[in-house]
Amino acid sequence: MDQNLKKEMEKFAVKIRMGVVDEITTLGFGHIGGSLSVCDALAVLYGGVMKIDPKNPKWADRDKFVCSKGHAGPAVYAALGLKGFFPYEDIKTLNVPGTNFPSHCDKNKTIGVDMTTGSLGQGTSQAVGLALGDKLKGRDSKTYLMVGDGEADEGQVWEAMMFAAAKKLDNLYVFIDFNKKQLDGYVKDILDPGDFGKKFEAFGFDTQTVNGNDVEAIYDALEKTSKVTGKPHAIILDTVKGAGVTLVAETMSNHSMNINKEQGEEMMNELKAKLAALEA
Amino acid sequence: MKTIFNGEKDTRLFKNVIGETIADILKNDSDAVYLDADLMNCVSTGKLPAETDRAIDCGIAEANMIGVAAGLAASGFKPIVHTFGPFASRRVFDQVFLSAGYAKNDIAVIGTDPGVTAAYNGGTHMPFEDVGLYRTLPGAVIVDITDSVMCEDILRQFKDMKGVKYMRVGRKAAHKMYEPGTHFEIGKGNVLREGKDVTIIASGIMVGEAMLAAETLAKEGVEATVIDMFTIKPLDEKLVIEYAKKTGAVVTAENHNKFGGLTSAVAECLSMNCPTPLDYVAVEDEFGEVGPQDYLQKRFGLTADHIVEKVKAVVKRK
Repeated sequence: MDQNLKKEMEKFAVKIRMGVVDEITTLGFGHIGGSLSVCDALAVLYGGVMKIDPKNPKWADRDKFVCSKGHAGPAVYAALGLKGFFPYEDIKTLNVPGTNFPSHCDKNKTIGVDMTTGSLGQGTSQAVGLALGDKLKGRDSKTYLMVGDGEADEGQVWEAMMFAAAKKLDNLYVFIDFNKKQLDGYVKDILDPGDFGKKFEAFGFDTQTVNGNDVEAIYDALEKTSKVTGKPHAIILDTVKGAGVTLVAETMSNHSMNINKEQGEEMMNELKAKLAALEA
Repeated sequence: MKTIFNGEKDTRLFKNVIGETIADILKNDSDAVYLDADLMNCVSTGKLPAETDRAIDCGIAEANMIGVAAGLAASGFKPIVHTFGPFASRRVFDQVFLSAGYAKNDIAVIGTDPGVTAAYNGGTHMPFEDVGLYRTLPGAVIVDITDSVMCEDILRQFKDMKGVKYMRVGRKAAHKMYEPGTHFEIGKGNVLREGKDVTIIASGIMVGEAMLAAETLAKEGVEATVIDMFTIKPLDEKLVIEYAKKTGAVVTAENHNKFGGLTSAVAECLSMNCPTPLDYVAVEDEFGEVGPQDYLQKRFGLTADHIVEKVKAVVKRK
């Protein structure tokens, strides 16, 4: 990977995290853990991999991103705001009455959001439909799908994966945000998913497992997928729930947290220091 | 609106009408796409996947099928989805509600074998609740199909309409009701017979029963209006109120639980706009069971005789 691009993506990831903290500290609560775990993947996708045009968000030939774990909306909004789909400051209206930035992703409210999600599992089939639609329309477009590890409890996820493989949707890229935790505790304790990699391989996917909080690892994994055709791609992201912000990462129950002003400032200071180090 | 009702059954089976219409739609509209959940051979579409990549068998995975249809809608297609009524409604309600309805991904859903028309598939496959579910989905359009002419016309209209559209239709034949080529205005009821004493508001297979009941009642000196209220949502409230005022008594007739369907819709309309003596012919709050359709219609009280009985009772309350 080009080292300059790597640095840009790393900075972008920090900025997305700053956005998440900005959004969640507005009302003082929100889905912070699972938003922070996906920031590096978002930085790679929106930081250069995806074919997008912020001035033309509905461009039919664009690449699409479906955040099936819809509660990671705050991370998606930060990425979109930083890319200029809308004024960045707008994201700070997260969840205030009448906002276009609800807890869960909504394509009819937020410019640049490609699919409405929130009832877990449903984004998977919708993403499959988008990928199939692009194939049927003859578009050279890719669909990227983010699925939570807890979300994979839902049977619909596996219906969708079976369909994607059967229909040979090699324009579909599925990320599993394997951050090890769901709302009630560790996924291995709540409903042990076993080995995601083996599951996806068995379903007929081109499968890799990488450090999901390392932009270079994610970028390289996507590069490798381009060599595989005829089957959909799965990249298991080995992540930390709350990654990049110590106070969140070190909290056991961090699916949704109350964040007071002082904590928000502490988080922001940590991120500012990281950004300064990258920019030095 | 003219009817050619003569008490006879339609010569065209719904399953063939659905199959032929979908085939024609796919042929003539390159944005149309049809998805099924391993029930293509039940609606005569089994050969379509060999002819076009826009006829997609999703396998027995209805939730995924609705989501894929929603994604295809977002991708610029006009999806038509089919499975049996119970799976097209209660099994996928959250997917229809969110992935299609809330997300504004426009899809048309065909649920076959409504109510007692599920016959030998029995209680597990007998939706008496599908209309009730879809009525709670904001903006959904619900049509209970009367005959083959309506089935074809509504299916073609559904293909191009915005929002979530739900069609409940049998696979065999119902009473012949309309002239070939009739166009139906969604949201408007059809007055099939005028009578001053009572209004029977029916849908689906109960329209034919209502016409038979009106003939019997006429012989006994009771003149009944019969309205084919094929669109249950949005309900033609204007027509309901007009005829409630004209006749002073109403009986609904539906192949559905008395809760949530046509009876509820008409009751809501009348109680809020012009309280009128109302009775119903509908399934009491029960699950379905197995058997031939004629047995089930008697078992669940869905015959012309039941309508006659309810009419006689309701006119006494005027």
